[in-house]
Amino acid sequence: MNELRRKATVSGIGQSEIGRRLMRNPLDLTLDACVAAIEDAGLRREEIDGLSTYPGAMGPGGFSGAGISDVHDALRLPLRWFNGGPEHPGQLGSVIEACMAVACGLANHVLCFRSVWEATYQGKGKRAGLGLGGGESSGGGYRASGMMEYTLPFRAYSAVNWIALFAQRHFHEYGTTREQLAWIALNARRNAGKNPSAIYRDPMTLDDYLSARMISTPLCLFDCDVPADGATAFIVSRPERAADPRREPLFVESVGCALKGRPSWDQFDDLSTMATRDAGPALWEGTELGPGDVDVAELYDGFSFITLSWLESLGFCGKGEGGAFIEGGERIALDGSLPLNTHGGQLSAGRLHGYGFLHEACLQLWGEGGERQVPGDPQVAVAAAGGGPLAGCLLLTKG
Amino acid sequence: MSAEQPFRVLPRVTEENAHFWRGGEQGQLQFLRCSACRTWIHPTSPRCPECLGKGLVVESASGRATVLTYTFNHQPWVPSADHPYPIAIVELEEQTGLRLMTNLVNLSNEDVAIGLAVRVVFEQREDVWFPLFEPADAALRRVGADPA
Repeated sequence: MNELRRKATVSGIGQSEIGRRLMRNPLDLTLDACVAAIEDAGLRREEIDGLSTYPGAMGPGGFSGAGISDVHDALRLPLRWFNGGPEHPGQLGSVIEACMAVACGLANHVLCFRSVWEATYQGKGKRAGLGLGGGESSGGGYRASGMMEYTLPFRAYSAVNWIALFAQRHFHEYGTTREQLAWIALNARRNAGKNPSAIYRDPMTLDDYLSARMISTPLCLFDCDVPADGATAFIVSRPERAADPRREPLFVESVGCALKGRPSWDQFDDLSTMATRDAGPALWEGTELGPGDVDVAELYDGFSFITLSWLESLGFCGKGEGGAFIEGGERIALDGSLPLNTHGGQLSAGRLHGYGFLHEACLQLWGEGGERQVPGDPQVAVAAAGGGPLAGCLLLTKG
Repeated sequence: MSAEQPFRVLPRVTEENAHFWRGGEQGQLQFLRCSACRTWIHPTSPRCPECLGKGLVVESASGRATVLTYTFNHQPWVPSADHPYPIAIVELEEQTGLRLMTNLVNLSNEDVAIGLAVRVVFEQREDVWFPLFEPADAALRRVGADPA
């Protein structure tokens, strides 16, 4: 048990338009989500005294639509506390830190935001493939360093290559199959069909999945999420400050942000799992609740295997049992025992990069899932984000 | 090797990592090693991550390794004639956890497997010798192997 339990709430959420190649200014998108979240919480912007984001301003590329200073200045916020940067326990680490800030009394209401505009950036033709300066051996003068030093020189250009290495090891150790892993993608598409703002909504069959082109074995096209433009925002508030009746505050029951293994794509000690292995159990150390109490799970699917890794790491099934757990897709369906990625995940609803999962967890607890609402008035939800060396998760309760 | 070599991003070679990226010039796969507790260290660091000692020396490893996992990259991130090609993580025989991401070469794709015994070979570009791995078993080696 730690000191964070029930010391922070989510009091409002907001989301911009989401789509492929919206061709909109990324700060404009970001502010749409931020203003919506402030209004949703029933607050005036003068009351927002904290600001947090991942990964912060990063210049061109579409990976980040706005940084702390952009939003701070655009909304003229009277901040008492702020925090932004890429070195968090996963994308939702920026929300976990907001929870800590309000729990410590450093802020009353923290606006958390994440915006992406990769679809527009790529669509404008500014990124020719990898931006490595074409196919010349000199690579246009670019030289790999930092975390890229030991991946790019071995032609492992993308996170899909790095994740595929983990997936293959899992397949090897536990007999996991593509027919099993497919259900992460099939379940997501099934749910996206009931989500009006999802990007891919047409039905997908197991045959569609198995016949899709391979990207990096064992991962095919449908194991990879879809770049999108969009922004998501939350208001994290002190419980006693979240009394506005328009929103029943959702309590942050616990968070998981441990990383005990090496922070690396290729040097992590167990190649059949990832940083999720440490963050998942840490979530349960902060609460008396357990995996069996969870009514809805929103688990990162930048690549399908990451969701499987989260399922195992959070104890919804045993290590190595993820394939059998999801096979057939009944258990993880909206009316199953563990409804999973109810909005369609990043695989079908679009890569909002972690924040989309927490947004959906809140919607489900508030009973505002529309056609995709999980039945039975869910009370407990887990939202998790990050893969490889990134992992962070939150457990939310209603009331 | 020849003009058929695929495109490779070059690493930024520094004083700290030159032993690793240029050891191949002498046919050596080199790492830092702690002179006190004898731990092999990769990537490089100013201190031994086990005993925190600062007495680090460059030593040559055997180059013998085992494939821990692999993937065949199909996506043409960079145009090349050899898709799909294997990317692997291999573990050197010297120490559990002494690992590299690398490419497997000189073999048929159908012979790629977890547990495969491999040995280092070097591919030079400019000032860099990339440590790649080929089957230890000569019977599995194919020079200029085509994808299976």
